[in-house]
Amino acid sequence: MIDIHDLWKAFEGNEVLKGLTLTVKKGETLVILGRSGVGKSVLLKHIIGISHADKGYIEVDGVRVSDLRGEKRYKASLKMGMLFQGAALFDSMNIEDNTAFFLRQHGDIETGEKYSKSEIRDRVDEALRMVDLEGTQKKMPSDLSGGMRKRAGLARLIVYRPEYLLYDEPTTGLDPITAMQINELIVKTQEELKATSIVVTHDIVSSLFVGDRLALHKDGKIAYIDEPDAFLNIDDPIIEFLRKTISEDPRTFRRK
Amino acid sequence: MRFLLSKLNFLEATGEFVFLIWNVTVATFKRPPNWALIREQLYNIGVLSLPVVAMTGFSTGLVLAAQSFFQLSDKGLAGATGLMVGKAMITELGPVLTAFMVTGRVGAAMCAELGTMRVTEQVDALETMAVDPNRYLVAPRFISGMVMMPLLTVFSIFMGIFGGYLISVFYFKMPPTTYFDPMPIYITNFDLLIGIVKAFVFGVLIVTISCFKGLKTSGGAEGVGRSTTNSVVVCYTFILFTNFLITLGLNMLQNATGWFS
Repeated sequence: MIDIHDLWKAFEGNEVLKGLTLTVKKGETLVILGRSGVGKSVLLKHIIGISHADKGYIEVDGVRVSDLRGEKRYKASLKMGMLFQGAALFDSMNIEDNTAFFLRQHGDIETGEKYSKSEIRDRVDEALRMVDLEGTQKKMPSDLSGGMRKRAGLARLIVYRPEYLLYDEPTTGLDPITAMQINELIVKTQEELKATSIVVTHDIVSSLFVGDRLALHKDGKIAYIDEPDAFLNIDDPIIEFLRKTISEDPRTFRRK
Repeated sequence: MRFLLSKLNFLEATGEFVFLIWNVTVATFKRPPNWALIREQLYNIGVLSLPVVAMTGFSTGLVLAAQSFFQLSDKGLAGATGLMVGKAMITELGPVLTAFMVTGRVGAAMCAELGTMRVTEQVDALETMAVDPNRYLVAPRFISGMVMMPLLTVFSIFMGIFGGYLISVFYFKMPPTTYFDPMPIYITNFDLLIGIVKAFVFGVLIVTISCFKGLKTSGGAEGVGRSTTNSVVVCYTFILFTNFLITLGLNMLQNATGWFS
């Protein structure tokens, strides 16, 4: 369970998070919707510990991770993983080395033992098979398309089976069909790893497909949070717009 | 007010820079980085810099010998040409010019690489996978810089003395003994120490400044360009001023205590 309490963060006087409070239940997929630039990605970076809040705290499984620094903080984030908007693959390594990176760096998290070469290869192959990227092991990230890169980024995550998965705009910048593939992968990953996921997006189709609960991030806070059906009935200009984009005849959006 | 704020920014940056050096030193000694990473950087900083450092040292030696000879011969001091070359290369030109070449070839590339990794969120990705960028990215470069700069400097000094030898003996028809004989008498251990200390300090400066500027990059491709230019300028400035301070400081210490003779 992730418990975020009264989180504040300002960048050079510009307040992004203003007392954000949110609880993510174990095993659920929570989607955080919001307009660009409201600080959704910043929230994810706080949860995984890259950014540090000005005020407030974050607890993961009862441990107050926002107070930890240095080695302890890194240790706490071993069970979390994040998919970046641009996938953030290491462009000096091929896909196999990218995918194997965590396993080679940390070995078995529980015992601290190093994995054997064949073990790593098997797990990398399995992860790449899951995201439908078999045979790309020796390719460099620059050889892949945007959608493939995102899938490779996902493979780099699922290979170490984190308990908490954070997705930063997983479908942004992809064509609708590739976006749907990514959505299906998120659901599949969720089912196989039995993980807890937080998806940050502004893609309403994606959020309805993957989300158990939907939240609206607005003015530095979580304005509403509810199950998909109830969420769509909330009376708010942004939600009303989202509702329209999926329910109405698309021709109403044509320029007059 | 604006002026005061810019001073505060400067202080803040200095503080962060010192903090980075501290963090990297701690990370290096606590759990040394993977040997494969260090080897890659040793090769990159050391071996790949050899040609450019050799060329710089050699041409400096040539011109130094020629100029010394022209200036000294009509005063009957042509015999000091070799000594001039040796002393100048060992104490000043060898370390500084090598540091300049390494800044241009290695420091700039280092800053651009880390800067690109920063703006494409690869540094963040490292952290989300519980890998400390200081240990994984900076420490191997730090160790390699400390090891390789003195070695490259020694190499450049040899090339300089060799260049001076070629022009003195084959162009000015000086007997080789005239070129070499004063060196062991007048070049002291203290001169060698100054050269090596400088090279070591410059190595630390180049790597830490380049990495610091790289990791602090923001603002996409343009930001990478900006921080790279910036890191080179800062490196050059620091090299020039520390060079002066080390020369002055070590000489004062030597005169006061006589520790190094």
